[in-house]
Amino acid sequence: MSSTSLLDRRSFLKNTAAAGAGLWIAFHLPVSNAQENAAKQEKKPPNPLNAWIHVSPDNHVTLIVGKSEMGQGIMTALPMILAEELSLDWKTVRIEQAPTDPAIYDLGTGGSGSVAGSYLPLRRAGAAAREMFITAAAQHWNVNRDTCVAKDGGILHGARKNFLTYGELADAASKLPVPDFKTVPLKNPSDFTIVGHDTRRYEGIEKINGTAKFGIDSRVPGMQYAVIERCPIFGGKLKSFDAAKAKAVPGVIDVFSIDPVGTSAFTAGGVVVIADSSWAAMQGRKALQVSWDEGPHASESSDSLRQQFLTNAAKPGKVVRNDGDADAAISSATKKVDVVYEFPFAAHATMEPMNCTVHIRPDGAEAWVPTQAPQWAQDVIAGVSGLPRESVIVHTTLMGGGFGRRYMGDFVMEAAQVAKVTHKPVMVLWTREDDMQHDFYRPSSYHHLSGAVDTNGNLAAWKHFQTSTSIDAMWSPKGKETPENSEFATAIFIPYQTPNYRIEYAVAQSGVPRAWWRSVEHSTSGFVVESFVDELAAAAGADPLAFRLRLIGDDRTIPDFGNPKEGKPLVTSRLKGVLNLAAQKAPWGNPLPKGHAQGIATYYSFESYTACVAEVSVENGAIKVHRLVYAVDCGRPINPNGVAAQVEGAAIYGLSAALYDAITIRGGRVEQSNFNDYAMPRIADTPKTEVYVVPSNEEPTGIGEPGLPVVVPAICNAVFAATGKRLRRFPIRNEDLA
Amino acid sequence: MATTFTLNGKSTTVNVDPQMPLLWVLRDTLDLTGTKFGCGMALCGACTVHINGEAARSCITPVSSVQGKKVTTIEGLSADGSHPVQKAWIAEDVPQCGYCQSGQIMSAAALLAKKQKPTDADIDDAMSGNICRCGTYQRIRKAIHRAAGSTGA
Repeated sequence: MSSTSLLDRRSFLKNTAAAGAGLWIAFHLPVSNAQENAAKQEKKPPNPLNAWIHVSPDNHVTLIVGKSEMGQGIMTALPMILAEELSLDWKTVRIEQAPTDPAIYDLGTGGSGSVAGSYLPLRRAGAAAREMFITAAAQHWNVNRDTCVAKDGGILHGARKNFLTYGELADAASKLPVPDFKTVPLKNPSDFTIVGHDTRRYEGIEKINGTAKFGIDSRVPGMQYAVIERCPIFGGKLKSFDAAKAKAVPGVIDVFSIDPVGTSAFTAGGVVVIADSSWAAMQGRKALQVSWDEGPHASESSDSLRQQFLTNAAKPGKVVRNDGDADAAISSATKKVDVVYEFPFAAHATMEPMNCTVHIRPDGAEAWVPTQAPQWAQDVIAGVSGLPRESVIVHTTLMGGGFGRRYMGDFVMEAAQVAKVTHKPVMVLWTREDDMQHDFYRPSSYHHLSGAVDTNGNLAAWKHFQTSTSIDAMWSPKGKETPENSEFATAIFIPYQTPNYRIEYAVAQSGVPRAWWRSVEHSTSGFVVESFVDELAAAAGADPLAFRLRLIGDDRTIPDFGNPKEGKPLVTSRLKGVLNLAAQKAPWGNPLPKGHAQGIATYYSFESYTACVAEVSVENGAIKVHRLVYAVDCGRPINPNGVAAQVEGAAIYGLSAALYDAITIRGGRVEQSNFNDYAMPRIADTPKTEVYVVPSNEEPTGIGEPGLPVVVPAICNAVFAATGKRLRRFPIRNEDLA
Repeated sequence: MATTFTLNGKSTTVNVDPQMPLLWVLRDTLDLTGTKFGCGMALCGACTVHINGEAARSCITPVSSVQGKKVTTIEGLSADGSHPVQKAWIAEDVPQCGYCQSGQIMSAAALLAKKQKPTDADIDDAMSGNICRCGTYQRIRKAIHRAAGSTGA
């Protein structure tokens, strides 16, 4: 068996930061000391009363959230953990975004890892603070601290019925030594009154009255507005421009060019129009006359990429995993399936287009950034301005959607370049067209699956050849590419038992930028695995649910093939648990209205387990999704209401990529530009969605993304059950249903 | 050129290019940032406001066309977030990222002003111009029914 070292997403994000640090050196930017800081924090955690919990003398408790809020509810979930250990009254808690201080707060928000990574550290921080308050109170009363308990935002001394609020104790507590985080007593989860209970989004009020401040809402005295004309062809460069007409547009202040920045920022450069309003900047841009050097990718198209896929698929790929002899098993089998699945590029299309506001002064810089990676933003601005990073203040704003797009540093780099020229506060605003045509897209991919079932209905062989554009290839230093790292995921350790299992990969070259799109490689791997196993079930003449349960087999653990030490193993009992729960709630196999049919899918991603039963019909050549029944096991749910919201939303995001979205390339540029040609699901397309969260005492795991990978295969498997048609390319076309 | 209109109950005059869309006048000239930019082509509904009580896409509405009219934005829908639609939005915990929700709420409020007990089909019709990339549509539907005191049909 040959294997390749494959990283899971979370370690990839960690390493991305490390890789970024290396690349900064090339740009004469300061080396990020994030990893050093992480190690220091592990050894000596910061005082929780400085880092996480601020208590004013008049007893207002403010909890600090060290992750970015993009709609996933982290501004609620993480403070809930602190509040629980502190026995606070949730209704009185205030929550603030952490400043950008890499010595205390970590790297970024992505990989569905915020709750999983913060649960234990925040419990310990909250518990340490509680113990400090208890000690302060016991000293105040001169009593044994064992007689004091935390309750309702203060410390109660049982014997005397004395009560001191945290506000009254804050000064004394903050002077005490911080307890050892490894031994600090944690609450018994059976006593939890906040964690595990449905909680409304903390910042919900400001999101219904117009006061929520997103990046695009940043308003700074004296600020200017900028838009950038970028080369529409990926890899193209500015040749020349004439700004005379643009400068004549009322409100336009200045026009100048900025250079592209290569690996890690991946910006296109272009012509910047500065104005006194967003509108004037856009009007000025329309009046520009620009000519481009079209660069090396000007002839790329979706058709040429598909030709590359076909050429690659005609040859063996790099062997990523090989158990037994899949080719031999398939050739000797009688019941076999041999199919191709194809996925286009997909754009993130966050509702808030990219934007970034930066003010670079001689003595320091300040920025307002809707970012999943604030410390990276700080590094970028420090690098461009030449200022020490300590003098760069980054305000992490609310984000109008992230989905991975706002992990990138490109929009910060551009704004820093512009601000360095203007010396005034400036917002670089992207229009929808800019956002759609200069995204970092979900890679386009082509999958050749072949497999066989034996006469007993067992899985005789599974072979998966994939060729795709690669995220990893964007980042790897030349000559050291391991492009498959970012493109496989759970597809290299399917839960279905077979003695003959082979995975091959071939990278396709493309000038189209790629990055993490909600659920990343799982968005395609999930479909490939769960559609193909459904096709094999049909070949075996088996019920799709029974076939899956049978192939998953006995309770066992499957190590994360790519990351056996760090990654959590897949626990098959939990996977079967969500399959059975979704099937029970649907219920699977129940009589349905005429023309309706069910499909099922299950998947493991971000260490969470999901299953989905879809009920669909096909009427007048269009798919109608009537109902989705989800079961999810993400360990202990912190906020079950928030878990359900994430799954409901991930379903719609997944639906968009199946029914509507495709980014296509022609002449080296994106053909789509706005929501007229990159269509989105609307309210009428929304199925009734039910989410059943498995009660669990396991450590919490990811939930922002895991709802996505199962929805499309569940729907398409249901379409097969309804019509006999298999859907194998996206977005779904009318002729594929006819 | 001056344009005068009633904005959230107050007479307001702006001196800007008459072609400038109302959206940018609200956001950049008047610093009322609750109304959002999403597409600039009336495709997503993030910029929805009320003009004389009707839901309108402010991103394609030249400011000169609201001369003498009554404009209501999310900031003016209620003084304290107490409009029935806003209260229902909180009760159903609708927002995720929240960026589209000003527009969703303004569309829903305009619907309920016309139709006290909307059906699901009425909701599909009135809300079809508003995109939510976070996929909060199911909760939006529930919240509209809640605000209407209806259960849906």
